Amino acid sequence: MPPLTEDHPTTGASDREGSEMITFADVSKSWGDNHVLRSLNFHVAQGEKVSIIGPSGSGKTTILRILMTLETPDDGLVSIEGETLWDARGKAKPKETKQMRATRRKVGMVFQSFNLFPHMTAVENVMEAPVQVLGMSKEEARERATGLMEQVGLSQHLDHKPPKLSGGQQQRVAIARALAMRPKILLFDEPTSALDPELIGEVLAVIRDLALSADMTMLMVTHEMRFAEEISDRVVMFDSGQAVEQGPPHKIFKDPDHDRTKKFLRAVLDR
Amino acid sequence: MNWSSAYAIDILPRLLEGLWVTIEVTMAGMVIALVVGLFVAVVRYLNIPVVSSLFTFYVLFVRGTPLLVQAYAAFFILPSYGITWSAFTTGVIVIGLNYSAYTAEVYRSGIEGLPAGQWEAACALSLPTRRTWTKIVLPQAVKTIIPVLGNYWIQMFKDSAILAAITVSELMQTAKTIGSSDFRYLEPFTIAGILYLVVSYTASLFVKSMERRYAPTH
Repeated sequence: MPPLTEDHPTTGASDREGSEMITFADVSKSWGDNHVLRSLNFHVAQGEKVSIIGPSGSGKTTILRILMTLETPDDGLVSIEGETLWDARGKAKPKETKQMRATRRKVGMVFQSFNLFPHMTAVENVMEAPVQVLGMSKEEARERATGLMEQVGLSQHLDHKPPKLSGGQQQRVAIARALAMRPKILLFDEPTSALDPELIGEVLAVIRDLALSADMTMLMVTHEMRFAEEISDRVVMFDSGQAVEQGPPHKIFKDPDHDRTKKFLRAVLDR
Repeated sequence: MNWSSAYAIDILPRLLEGLWVTIEVTMAGMVIALVVGLFVAVVRYLNIPVVSSLFTFYVLFVRGTPLLVQAYAAFFILPSYGITWSAFTTGVIVIGLNYSAYTAEVYRSGIEGLPAGQWEAACALSLPTRRTWTKIVLPQAVKTIIPVLGNYWIQMFKDSAILAAITVSELMQTAKTIGSSDFRYLEPFTIAGILYLVVSYTASLFVKSMERRYAPTH
Protein backbone atom coordinates (compact mmCIF):
# COMPACT_ATOMS: atom_id res chain seq x y z
CA MET A 1 0.00 0.00 0.00
CA PRO A 2 1.32 3.43 -0.87
CA PRO A 3 1.44 5.86 2.02
CA LEU A 4 -1.26 8.45 2.23
CA THR A 5 -0.10 11.63 0.64
CA GLU A 6 -1.77 14.94 0.93
CA ASP A 7 -1.42 15.24 -2.78
CA HIS A 8 -4.08 17.83 -3.31
CA PRO A 9 -4.01 20.60 -0.75
CA THR A 10 -7.06 22.79 -0.59
CA THR A 11 -5.22 26.00 -1.20
CA GLY A 12 -4.19 27.72 -4.38
CA ALA A 13 -7.49 27.57 -6.18
CA SER A 14 -6.88 30.94 -7.75
CA ASP A 15 -3.52 30.19 -9.35
CA ARG A 16 -4.90 27.03 -10.88
CA GLU A 17 -8.22 28.50 -11.90
CA GLY A 18 -8.92 27.70 -15.48
CA SER A 19 -6.49 24.81 -15.75
CA GLU A 20 -8.24 21.85 -17.27
CA MET A 21 -9.45 19.12 -14.96
CA ILE A 22 -11.75 17.00 -17.12
CA THR A 23 -11.51 16.52 -20.85
CA PHE A 24 -13.85 14.63 -23.14
CA ALA A 25 -12.55 14.61 -26.72
CA ASP A 26 -14.85 13.19 -29.40
CA VAL A 27 -16.33 10.68 -27.00
CA SER A 28 -19.08 8.43 -28.27
CA LYS A 29 -21.13 5.80 -26.54
CA SER A 30 -24.12 3.87 -27.71
CA TRP A 31 -26.31 1.02 -26.58
CA GLY A 32 -27.29 -0.66 -29.78
CA ASP A 33 -29.10 2.02 -31.81
CA ASN A 34 -29.33 4.37 -28.88
CA HIS A 35 -26.50 6.90 -29.17
CA VAL A 36 -26.18 8.29 -25.64
CA LEU A 37 -23.05 10.29 -26.43
CA ARG A 38 -22.31 11.57 -29.91
CA SER A 39 -18.76 12.68 -30.46
CA LEU A 40 -18.92 14.73 -27.28
CA ASN A 41 -16.36 17.44 -26.58
CA PHE A 42 -16.61 18.66 -23.05
CA HIS A 43 -14.22 20.36 -20.67
CA VAL A 44 -14.33 21.23 -17.01
CA ALA A 45 -11.86 23.54 -15.34
CA GLN A 46 -10.21 22.89 -12.01
CA GLY A 47 -12.53 23.85 -9.16
CA GLU A 48 -15.47 24.47 -11.44
CA LYS A 49 -18.97 23.48 -10.33
CA VAL A 50 -20.93 22.28 -13.32
CA SER A 51 -24.54 21.14 -13.44
CA ILE A 52 -25.80 19.01 -16.26
CA ILE A 53 -29.48 19.24 -17.05
CA GLY A 54 -31.62 17.70 -19.75
CA PRO A 55 -34.26 15.08 -20.43
CA SER A 56 -33.88 11.50 -19.24
CA GLY A 57 -31.90 9.24 -21.50
CA SER A 58 -29.97 12.15 -22.94
CA GLY A 59 -26.60 10.80 -21.82
CA LYS A 60 -26.08 12.98 -18.75
CA THR A 61 -25.48 10.14 -16.37
CA THR A 62 -23.27 8.36 -18.90
CA ILE A 63 -20.78 11.22 -18.68
CA LEU A 64 -20.43 10.63 -14.95
CA ARG A 65 -20.32 6.86 -15.30
CA ILE A 66 -17.53 7.04 -17.87
CA LEU A 67 -15.55 9.32 -15.54
CA MET A 68 -16.06 6.85 -12.69
CA THR A 69 -15.00 4.02 -15.07
CA LEU A 70 -18.34 2.28 -14.57
CA GLU A 71 -18.88 2.56 -18.30
CA THR A 72 -16.53 2.19 -21.24
CA PRO A 73 -16.64 4.72 -24.08
CA ASP A 74 -16.88 3.35 -27.60
CA ASP A 75 -14.70 6.02 -29.10
CA GLY A 76 -12.72 9.09 -28.12
CA LEU A 77 -10.41 10.18 -25.33
CA VAL A 78 -11.20 11.00 -21.72
CA SER A 79 -8.57 12.47 -19.47
CA ILE A 80 -8.24 13.96 -16.02
CA GLU A 81 -5.58 16.60 -15.41
CA GLY A 82 -4.04 15.53 -18.68
CA GLU A 83 -3.76 11.90 -17.57
CA THR A 84 -5.56 9.47 -19.81
CA LEU A 85 -8.50 7.72 -18.22
CA TRP A 86 -9.93 6.19 -21.40
CA ASP A 87 -8.33 6.06 -24.79
CA ALA A 88 -10.88 4.52 -27.13
CA ARG A 89 -9.72 6.27 -30.28
CA GLY A 90 -10.15 3.85 -33.16
CA LYS A 91 -9.79 0.89 -30.83
CA ALA A 92 -12.17 -1.98 -30.32
CA LYS A 93 -12.51 -1.70 -26.59
CA PRO A 94 -10.24 0.09 -24.15
CA LYS A 95 -9.08 -2.05 -21.25
CA GLU A 96 -8.70 -1.31 -17.60
CA THR A 97 -5.09 -0.31 -17.06
CA LYS A 98 -2.92 0.51 -14.10
CA GLN A 99 -2.82 4.14 -15.16
CA MET A 100 -6.58 4.20 -15.43
CA ARG A 101 -6.93 2.84 -11.93
CA ALA A 102 -4.50 5.42 -10.60
CA THR A 103 -6.32 8.24 -12.37
CA ARG A 104 -9.69 7.00 -11.19
CA ARG A 105 -8.64 7.63 -7.60
CA LYS A 106 -8.99 11.36 -8.25
CA VAL A 107 -12.68 10.86 -8.79
CA GLY A 108 -15.44 10.19 -6.27
CA MET A 109 -19.09 9.61 -6.89
CA VAL A 110 -22.39 10.02 -5.08
CA PHE A 111 -25.11 7.79 -6.48
CA GLN A 112 -28.80 8.30 -6.89
CA SER A 113 -29.53 5.21 -4.79
CA PHE A 114 -26.76 5.91 -2.21
CA ASN A 115 -25.22 2.43 -2.56
CA LEU A 116 -23.95 2.31 0.98
CA PHE A 117 -22.72 -1.06 2.20
CA PRO A 118 -25.73 -2.14 4.29
CA HIS A 119 -23.86 -4.67 6.42
CA MET A 120 -21.34 -2.10 7.68
CA THR A 121 -21.98 0.77 10.07
CA ALA A 122 -22.02 4.33 8.76
CA VAL A 123 -18.53 5.09 10.05
CA GLU A 124 -17.19 1.79 8.67
CA ASN A 125 -18.60 2.75 5.29
CA VAL A 126 -16.62 5.98 5.42
CA MET A 127 -13.43 4.34 6.76
CA GLU A 128 -13.30 1.41 4.37
CA ALA A 129 -11.59 3.00 1.38
CA PRO A 130 -9.07 5.13 3.32
CA VAL A 131 -7.90 2.01 5.13
CA GLN A 132 -7.96 -0.36 2.16
CA VAL A 133 -6.93 1.95 -0.65
CA LEU A 134 -4.87 4.69 0.98
CA GLY A 135 -3.38 2.34 3.56
CA MET A 136 -4.39 4.52 6.48
CA SER A 137 -4.34 3.14 9.99
CA LYS A 138 -7.76 2.36 11.43
CA GLU A 139 -7.41 5.05 14.10
CA GLU A 140 -6.49 7.70 11.56
CA ALA A 141 -9.27 6.63 9.21
CA ARG A 142 -11.80 6.64 12.02
CA GLU A 143 -10.73 10.14 12.97
CA ARG A 144 -11.14 11.36 9.41
CA ALA A 145 -14.47 9.54 9.08
CA THR A 146 -15.75 10.99 12.34
CA GLY A 147 -14.83 14.48 11.19
CA LEU A 148 -16.63 13.98 7.89
CA MET A 149 -19.70 12.55 9.58
CA GLU A 150 -19.77 15.66 11.71
CA GLN A 151 -19.44 17.81 8.62
CA VAL A 152 -22.55 16.19 7.13
CA GLY A 153 -24.39 16.52 10.44
CA LEU A 154 -24.46 12.86 11.43
CA SER A 155 -22.17 12.57 14.46
CA GLN A 156 -25.07 10.91 16.27
CA HIS A 157 -25.23 8.07 13.76
CA LEU A 158 -21.64 6.83 13.50
CA ASP A 159 -22.43 3.28 14.54
CA HIS A 160 -25.80 2.91 12.87
CA LYS A 161 -26.18 0.66 9.89
CA PRO A 162 -27.60 2.21 6.72
CA PRO A 163 -30.96 0.39 6.77
CA LYS A 164 -31.65 2.15 10.07
CA LEU A 165 -31.08 5.58 8.53
CA SER A 166 -33.44 7.73 6.49
CA GLY A 167 -32.75 8.24 2.80
CA GLY A 168 -31.42 11.72 3.44
CA GLN A 169 -29.10 10.47 6.15
CA GLN A 170 -27.90 7.63 3.94
CA GLN A 171 -27.10 10.03 1.15
CA ARG A 172 -25.15 12.23 3.55
CA VAL A 173 -23.14 9.21 4.70
CA ALA A 174 -22.52 8.45 1.03
CA ILE A 175 -21.20 11.99 0.54
CA ALA A 176 -18.92 11.58 3.57
CA ARG A 177 -17.72 8.26 2.19
CA ALA A 178 -16.83 9.83 -1.15
CA LEU A 179 -15.10 12.77 0.56
CA ALA A 180 -12.99 10.42 2.71
CA MET A 181 -10.87 9.66 -0.36
CA ARG A 182 -10.23 13.41 -0.84
CA PRO A 183 -11.19 13.29 -4.51
CA LYS A 184 -10.28 16.13 -6.80
CA ILE A 185 -13.49 15.60 -8.67
CA LEU A 186 -16.80 14.75 -7.06
CA LEU A 187 -19.62 13.47 -9.23
CA PHE A 188 -23.25 13.66 -8.16
CA ASP A 189 -25.67 11.48 -10.09
CA GLU A 190 -29.14 12.84 -9.34
CA PRO A 191 -28.32 12.79 -5.63
CA THR A 192 -31.82 13.72 -4.48
CA SER A 193 -33.98 11.89 -7.02
CA ALA A 194 -34.56 8.86 -4.80
CA LEU A 195 -35.45 10.93 -1.74
CA ASP A 196 -38.78 11.80 -0.22
CA PRO A 197 -39.43 15.52 -0.81
CA GLU A 198 -38.99 16.47 2.84
CA LEU A 199 -35.48 14.94 2.92
CA ILE A 200 -34.12 16.66 -0.18
CA GLY A 201 -33.25 19.87 1.65
CA GLU A 202 -30.78 18.34 4.10
CA VAL A 203 -28.83 16.70 1.29
CA LEU A 204 -28.80 19.83 -0.86
CA ALA A 205 -27.56 21.79 2.15
CA VAL A 206 -24.54 19.52 2.46
CA ILE A 207 -23.80 19.75 -1.26
CA ARG A 208 -24.23 23.52 -1.14
CA ASP A 209 -21.69 23.79 1.67
CA LEU A 210 -19.24 21.75 -0.34
CA ALA A 211 -19.80 23.77 -3.46
CA LEU A 212 -19.21 27.03 -1.63
CA SER A 213 -16.27 25.98 0.50
CA ALA A 214 -14.32 23.29 -1.30
CA ASP A 215 -11.81 23.64 -4.03
CA MET A 216 -13.04 20.39 -5.49
CA THR A 217 -14.28 20.18 -9.05
CA MET A 218 -17.93 19.18 -8.96
CA LEU A 219 -20.05 17.73 -11.68
CA MET A 220 -23.72 17.21 -10.95
CA VAL A 221 -26.57 15.69 -12.89
CA THR A 222 -29.72 17.04 -11.35
CA HIS A 223 -33.36 17.88 -11.80
CA GLU A 224 -33.23 20.45 -9.00
CA MET A 225 -33.13 23.50 -11.27
CA ARG A 226 -33.20 26.16 -8.56
CA PHE A 227 -30.37 24.45 -6.79
CA ALA A 228 -28.35 24.11 -9.98
CA GLU A 229 -28.88 27.79 -10.62
CA GLU A 230 -27.73 28.68 -7.15
CA ILE A 231 -24.51 26.69 -6.86
CA SER A 232 -23.23 26.22 -10.39
CA ASP A 233 -20.55 28.17 -12.20
CA ARG A 234 -21.86 26.70 -15.41
CA VAL A 235 -24.93 24.82 -16.53
CA VAL A 236 -24.87 22.43 -19.45
CA MET A 237 -28.04 21.55 -21.30
CA PHE A 238 -27.79 18.04 -22.63
CA ASP A 239 -29.93 16.39 -25.25
CA SER A 240 -29.56 13.44 -27.61
CA GLY A 241 -25.98 12.77 -26.63
CA GLN A 242 -24.74 16.30 -27.11
CA ALA A 243 -24.25 19.48 -25.13
CA VAL A 244 -26.91 21.62 -26.77
CA GLU A 245 -26.11 24.76 -24.90
CA GLN A 246 -24.02 25.84 -21.95
CA GLY A 247 -23.26 28.94 -20.00
CA PRO A 248 -23.57 30.68 -16.65
CA PRO A 249 -26.76 29.70 -14.79
CA HIS A 250 -28.50 33.07 -15.09
CA LYS A 251 -28.05 32.95 -18.83
CA ILE A 252 -29.25 29.36 -19.25
CA PHE A 253 -32.21 29.70 -16.93
CA LYS A 254 -33.30 33.26 -17.74
CA ASP A 255 -32.39 33.68 -21.36
CA PRO A 256 -31.52 30.44 -23.13
CA ASP A 257 -30.64 30.64 -26.80
CA HIS A 258 -31.59 27.20 -27.88
CA ASP A 259 -35.17 26.11 -28.52
CA ARG A 260 -34.53 22.73 -27.01
CA THR A 261 -33.40 24.37 -23.75
CA LYS A 262 -36.40 26.70 -23.67
CA LYS A 263 -38.78 23.81 -24.17
CA PHE A 264 -37.10 21.66 -21.54
CA LEU A 265 -37.04 24.42 -18.93
CA ARG A 266 -40.62 25.33 -19.60
CA ALA A 267 -41.60 21.71 -19.02
CA VAL A 268 -39.65 21.22 -15.79
CA LEU A 269 -40.14 24.65 -14.22
CA ASP A 270 -43.90 24.76 -14.79
CA ARG A 271 -44.53 21.61 -12.85
CA MET B 1 -43.13 -60.09 12.46
CA ASN B 2 -43.93 -58.41 15.75
CA TRP B 3 -42.27 -55.40 17.25
CA SER B 4 -39.92 -56.25 20.12
CA SER B 5 -39.09 -53.34 22.34
CA ALA B 6 -36.42 -55.32 24.15
CA TYR B 7 -34.67 -56.01 20.84
CA ALA B 8 -35.07 -52.38 19.81
CA ILE B 9 -33.38 -51.18 23.00
CA ASP B 10 -30.71 -53.77 22.48
CA ILE B 11 -29.73 -52.47 19.02
CA LEU B 12 -30.22 -48.79 19.76
CA PRO B 13 -26.61 -48.08 20.83
CA ARG B 14 -25.26 -49.51 17.55
CA LEU B 15 -27.74 -47.46 15.56
CA LEU B 16 -26.77 -44.33 17.47
CA GLU B 17 -23.16 -45.05 16.56
CA GLY B 18 -24.29 -45.26 12.95
CA LEU B 19 -26.15 -41.99 13.34
CA TRP B 20 -22.99 -40.37 14.64
CA VAL B 21 -21.10 -41.54 11.53
CA THR B 22 -23.92 -40.12 9.39
CA ILE B 23 -23.53 -36.80 11.18
CA GLU B 24 -19.77 -36.88 10.69
CA VAL B 25 -20.21 -37.59 6.97
CA THR B 26 -22.68 -34.74 6.70
CA MET B 27 -20.46 -32.28 8.55
CA ALA B 28 -17.31 -33.10 6.60
CA GLY B 29 -19.23 -33.38 3.33
CA MET B 30 -20.85 -30.00 3.84
CA VAL B 31 -17.50 -28.33 4.53
CA ILE B 32 -16.27 -29.66 1.17
CA ALA B 33 -19.52 -28.62 -0.53
CA LEU B 34 -19.34 -25.09 0.92
CA VAL B 35 -15.67 -24.50 0.10
CA VAL B 36 -15.55 -26.11 -3.34
CA GLY B 37 -18.95 -24.70 -4.27
CA LEU B 38 -17.82 -21.18 -3.40
CA PHE B 39 -14.65 -21.59 -5.42
CA VAL B 40 -16.58 -22.96 -8.42
CA ALA B 41 -19.15 -20.14 -8.22
CA VAL B 42 -16.54 -17.37 -8.06
CA VAL B 43 -14.43 -18.82 -10.89
CA ARG B 44 -17.51 -19.17 -13.06
CA TYR B 45 -18.56 -15.61 -12.24
CA LEU B 46 -15.13 -14.22 -13.16
CA ASN B 47 -15.55 -15.54 -16.71
CA ILE B 48 -11.95 -16.64 -17.11
CA PRO B 49 -11.54 -18.13 -20.60
CA VAL B 50 -11.37 -21.96 -20.64
CA VAL B 51 -11.21 -22.29 -16.83
CA SER B 52 -14.71 -20.96 -16.26
CA SER B 53 -16.13 -23.26 -18.95
CA LEU B 54 -14.39 -26.22 -17.31
CA PHE B 55 -16.14 -25.40 -14.07
CA THR B 56 -19.43 -25.01 -15.89
CA PHE B 57 -18.92 -28.49 -17.30
CA TYR B 58 -18.08 -29.75 -13.80
CA VAL B 59 -21.43 -28.49 -12.49
CA LEU B 60 -23.26 -29.96 -15.48
CA PHE B 61 -21.54 -33.32 -15.11
CA VAL B 62 -21.99 -33.67 -11.36
CA ARG B 63 -25.62 -32.60 -11.43
CA GLY B 64 -26.34 -34.76 -14.43
CA THR B 65 -25.22 -38.08 -12.94
CA PRO B 66 -26.70 -39.91 -9.93
CA LEU B 67 -24.93 -39.74 -6.59
CA LEU B 68 -25.02 -43.54 -6.41
CA VAL B 69 -23.17 -43.85 -9.71
CA GLN B 70 -20.57 -41.35 -8.54
CA ALA B 71 -20.13 -43.25 -5.27
CA TYR B 72 -19.69 -46.57 -7.09
CA ALA B 73 -17.29 -45.08 -9.58
CA ALA B 74 -15.14 -43.58 -6.83
CA PHE B 75 -15.24 -46.67 -4.65
CA PHE B 76 -14.65 -49.36 -7.27
CA ILE B 77 -12.75 -47.62 -10.05
CA LEU B 78 -10.35 -45.26 -8.25
CA PRO B 79 -8.49 -48.12 -6.48
CA SER B 80 -7.46 -49.52 -9.86
CA TYR B 81 -5.67 -46.20 -10.40
CA GLY B 82 -3.85 -46.65 -7.12
CA ILE B 83 -6.13 -44.38 -5.08
CA THR B 84 -7.22 -46.41 -2.09
CA TRP B 85 -9.23 -44.41 0.39
CA SER B 86 -11.37 -45.82 3.17
CA ALA B 87 -15.08 -46.10 2.51
CA PHE B 88 -15.64 -43.19 4.90
CA THR B 89 -13.16 -40.89 3.14
CA THR B 90 -14.45 -41.85 -0.29
CA GLY B 91 -18.02 -41.30 0.86
CA VAL B 92 -17.28 -37.86 2.33
CA ILE B 93 -15.44 -36.70 -0.79
CA VAL B 94 -18.08 -38.05 -3.17
CA ILE B 95 -21.03 -36.51 -1.36
CA GLY B 96 -19.12 -33.27 -0.71
CA LEU B 97 -18.19 -32.84 -4.37
CA ASN B 98 -21.67 -33.88 -5.46
CA TYR B 99 -23.23 -31.17 -3.33
CA SER B 100 -20.61 -28.61 -4.33
CA ALA B 101 -22.24 -28.51 -7.76
CA TYR B 102 -25.51 -27.53 -6.12
CA THR B 103 -24.06 -25.09 -3.60
CA ALA B 104 -22.15 -23.46 -6.50
CA GLU B 105 -25.48 -22.63 -8.08
CA VAL B 106 -26.81 -21.32 -4.79
CA TYR B 107 -23.77 -19.08 -4.32
CA ARG B 108 -24.20 -17.89 -7.88
CA SER B 109 -27.78 -16.84 -7.23
CA GLY B 110 -26.59 -14.97 -4.13
CA ILE B 111 -23.80 -13.19 -6.00
CA GLU B 112 -25.99 -12.31 -8.96
CA GLY B 113 -28.72 -11.13 -6.63
CA LEU B 114 -26.49 -8.43 -5.18
CA PRO B 115 -27.57 -4.99 -6.44
CA ALA B 116 -25.23 -3.62 -9.13
CA GLY B 117 -24.85 -0.50 -7.00
CA GLN B 118 -22.72 -2.43 -4.51
CA TRP B 119 -20.16 -3.28 -7.18
CA GLU B 120 -20.32 0.28 -8.47
CA ALA B 121 -19.75 1.77 -5.04
CA ALA B 122 -16.76 -0.52 -4.54
CA CYS B 123 -15.39 0.57 -7.92
CA ALA B 124 -16.01 4.25 -7.16
CA LEU B 125 -13.97 3.86 -3.98
CA SER B 126 -11.23 2.00 -5.88
CA LEU B 127 -11.47 -0.92 -3.49
CA PRO B 128 -9.16 -3.76 -4.54
CA THR B 129 -10.93 -6.67 -6.26
CA ARG B 130 -10.11 -9.15 -3.53
CA ARG B 131 -11.39 -6.85 -0.82
CA THR B 132 -14.57 -6.17 -2.83
CA TRP B 133 -15.25 -9.90 -2.91
CA THR B 134 -14.38 -10.73 0.67
CA LYS B 135 -15.78 -7.69 2.43
CA ILE B 136 -18.58 -6.40 0.22
CA VAL B 137 -19.91 -9.07 -2.13
CA LEU B 138 -19.63 -12.40 -0.34
CA PRO B 139 -20.82 -11.39 3.14
CA GLN B 140 -23.99 -9.95 1.62
CA ALA B 141 -24.45 -12.73 -0.94
CA VAL B 142 -23.94 -15.51 1.61
CA LYS B 143 -26.30 -13.93 4.09
CA THR B 144 -29.22 -14.17 1.69
CA ILE B 145 -28.55 -17.83 0.83
CA ILE B 146 -27.90 -19.23 4.31
CA PRO B 147 -31.41 -20.76 4.55
CA VAL B 148 -31.03 -22.42 1.14
CA LEU B 149 -27.64 -23.82 2.11
CA GLY B 150 -29.20 -25.05 5.35
CA ASN B 151 -31.81 -26.98 3.39
CA TYR B 152 -29.12 -28.57 1.25
CA TRP B 153 -27.39 -29.58 4.44
CA ILE B 154 -30.51 -31.41 5.63
CA GLN B 155 -30.90 -33.01 2.23
CA MET B 156 -27.29 -34.18 2.36
CA PHE B 157 -27.93 -35.67 5.79
CA LYS B 158 -30.66 -37.86 4.29
CA ASP B 159 -28.81 -38.54 1.00
CA SER B 160 -25.84 -39.86 2.93
CA ALA B 161 -27.82 -43.10 3.31
CA ILE B 162 -26.83 -43.80 -0.29
CA LEU B 163 -23.27 -44.26 0.94
CA ALA B 164 -24.40 -47.51 2.54
CA ALA B 165 -23.96 -48.89 -0.96
CA ILE B 166 -20.21 -48.41 -0.65
CA THR B 167 -20.13 -49.80 2.92
CA VAL B 168 -19.71 -46.53 4.81
CA SER B 169 -20.78 -47.57 8.31
CA GLU B 170 -23.35 -44.84 8.70
CA LEU B 171 -26.90 -45.22 9.99
CA MET B 172 -28.41 -46.97 6.97
CA GLN B 173 -25.52 -49.37 6.63
CA THR B 174 -25.72 -50.16 10.35
CA ALA B 175 -29.42 -50.92 10.09
CA LYS B 176 -28.77 -53.12 7.04
CA THR B 177 -26.03 -55.02 8.83
CA ILE B 178 -28.15 -55.62 11.91
CA GLY B 179 -31.06 -56.70 9.75
CA SER B 180 -29.14 -59.23 7.72
CA SER B 181 -27.28 -60.74 10.66
CA ASP B 182 -30.33 -61.13 12.95
CA PHE B 183 -32.93 -61.52 10.18
CA ARG B 184 -34.99 -58.81 11.85
CA TYR B 185 -35.67 -55.73 9.73
CA LEU B 186 -38.64 -54.10 11.43
CA GLU B 187 -36.84 -52.64 14.42
CA PRO B 188 -33.54 -51.46 12.84
CA PHE B 189 -35.16 -49.72 9.86
CA THR B 190 -37.97 -48.24 11.94
CA ILE B 191 -35.52 -46.82 14.43
CA ALA B 192 -33.24 -45.61 11.63
CA GLY B 193 -36.20 -43.87 10.01
CA ILE B 194 -37.17 -42.23 13.28
CA LEU B 195 -33.61 -41.06 13.91
CA TYR B 196 -33.40 -39.53 10.42
CA LEU B 197 -36.71 -37.80 11.01
CA VAL B 198 -35.85 -36.45 14.44
CA VAL B 199 -32.53 -34.99 13.32
CA SER B 200 -33.78 -33.57 10.02
CA TYR B 201 -36.89 -32.10 11.59
CA THR B 202 -34.89 -30.45 14.37
CA ALA B 203 -32.46 -29.12 11.80
CA SER B 204 -35.30 -27.77 9.68
CA LEU B 205 -36.62 -25.78 12.65
CA PHE B 206 -33.15 -24.32 13.01
CA VAL B 207 -33.04 -23.42 9.32
CA LYS B 208 -36.44 -21.75 9.62
CA SER B 209 -35.19 -19.55 12.41
CA MET B 210 -32.19 -18.68 10.20
CA GLU B 211 -34.59 -17.79 7.43
CA ARG B 212 -36.27 -15.25 9.64
CA ARG B 213 -32.98 -13.87 10.80
CA TYR B 214 -31.38 -13.57 7.38
CA ALA B 215 -34.37 -12.55 5.33
CA PRO B 216 -33.06 -10.46 2.40
CA THR B 217 -33.06 -6.78 3.29
CA HIS B 218 -32.84 -5.44 -0.26
